[in-house]
Amino acid sequence: MKEHPKKVRTDLNPSRLLTFKIDERDVSAHEDESILSVARQNSISIPTLCHLDGLSERGACRLCIIEVRGMAKLLPACVTFPRQDMEVLTNSERVVAYRRKIIELLFTERNHVCSVCVSNGHCELQNLAEELGVSHVRYPYLYPRHSVDASHSRFSIDHNRCVLCLRCVRVCDEIEGAHTWDVMGRGITSRVVTDLNQPWGTSETCTGCGKCVQVCPTGALSEKGRSVAEMIKRRQFLPYLQMMRGRPGESWQK
Amino acid sequence: MAKIGLATTWLDGCSGCHMSFLDIDEVLIDLAAQVEILFGPLVDRKVFPDHADITLVEGAVSSEADKENILLIRERSGVLVSFGDCAITANVPGMRNRYPVKEVISRAYVENAAVLPERRGAGTEDVSFKMVPLLFPMARPVHEFVPVDIFLPGCPPPPAAILHLLSELLAGHNPDLSGWSRFGA
Repeated sequence: MKEHPKKVRTDLNPSRLLTFKIDERDVSAHEDESILSVARQNSISIPTLCHLDGLSERGACRLCIIEVRGMAKLLPACVTFPRQDMEVLTNSERVVAYRRKIIELLFTERNHVCSVCVSNGHCELQNLAEELGVSHVRYPYLYPRHSVDASHSRFSIDHNRCVLCLRCVRVCDEIEGAHTWDVMGRGITSRVVTDLNQPWGTSETCTGCGKCVQVCPTGALSEKGRSVAEMIKRRQFLPYLQMMRGRPGESWQK
Repeated sequence: MAKIGLATTWLDGCSGCHMSFLDIDEVLIDLAAQVEILFGPLVDRKVFPDHADITLVEGAVSSEADKENILLIRERSGVLVSFGDCAITANVPGMRNRYPVKEVISRAYVENAAVLPERRGAGTEDVSFKMVPLLFPMARPVHEFVPVDIFLPGCPPPPAAILHLLSELLAGHNPDLSGWSRFGA
């Protein structure tokens, strides 16, 4: 995979223009634009979960996988960059089958009980399941035991509903600049933590801005006092904040 | 032409899916002309019939009794429908899965119970399972026990989705349920 070009695009350092194909359509792009971004500019929809406009890419959820002709591996469109004459397929049977499996596995790993969730009806995981036609899960549910931290005065986190997209970690670091959120553990035991794995309410770095809550795709992070299906998130502020901070996709250091 | 035999049943669920079924309202009358309801909460019959063409199963499999029932139902059903989120994901009944059965029983029947004075100090060992089936360690989806033909998610599935499913089945089609219902609502 090609590295993301680090140099800033200027007149002295122009990025190359490429032409390639997405779903048999000829498209053109700058070499430093991700395939996801080029697809969206051309109204070709690729499902995503961990991606969010205004945050750096993480390539974690793997829902945006695409097929490249002549390549055995499937590649995540959010962190793959085009090459001249590349032929990309965004909706092949193989890709869609894997996307379904990913959604199903996400459902088995935690306890997503949509019917009693604050985000019921406004949840990206739930929407993706519907969009991809996931009517049931073919893998055994793990029903793991996870906790709820309601120690913060205004927000709470229910780990049962977390999909580890790490949008909260990124928004807290890249936009708010607090880096209260991080990850502990490995593999299936991973979970997001505040500060040094202490109750959120005791965090010294949390500014209480609530950006993490607004960017969370599921009901894992929510405002207190919201009942079932009441948690509607608003995240349209993100691209503006990102522009104002003048640091597209970079971590919080000048 | 013989009427189509329809059965509905309910394992570990709340009957909400059946309520949603009743919510198709006056269309039930048209439906009654096309099907014979062989078994279900509204039918005064205690034993599952020898054969049902279509069976809607609500609820998760939570006990030995549920398991026996679903095995029998599968054997005697043409098209088996996992009807609603509890049957498909274990949903709310599955929320106890994170805790040992003993803790669950204790919370439900000992800690929160208004205990008669002579039974004060009783523990979970005093909860009798003579009349009710012993719970499995976990409530699990129906399709983990028997093959399921059609999945209709929803908590409960909307009446329109249930009607669409039954109309398609009665017309002899394989119903396409995409867009009709989803997990949760």
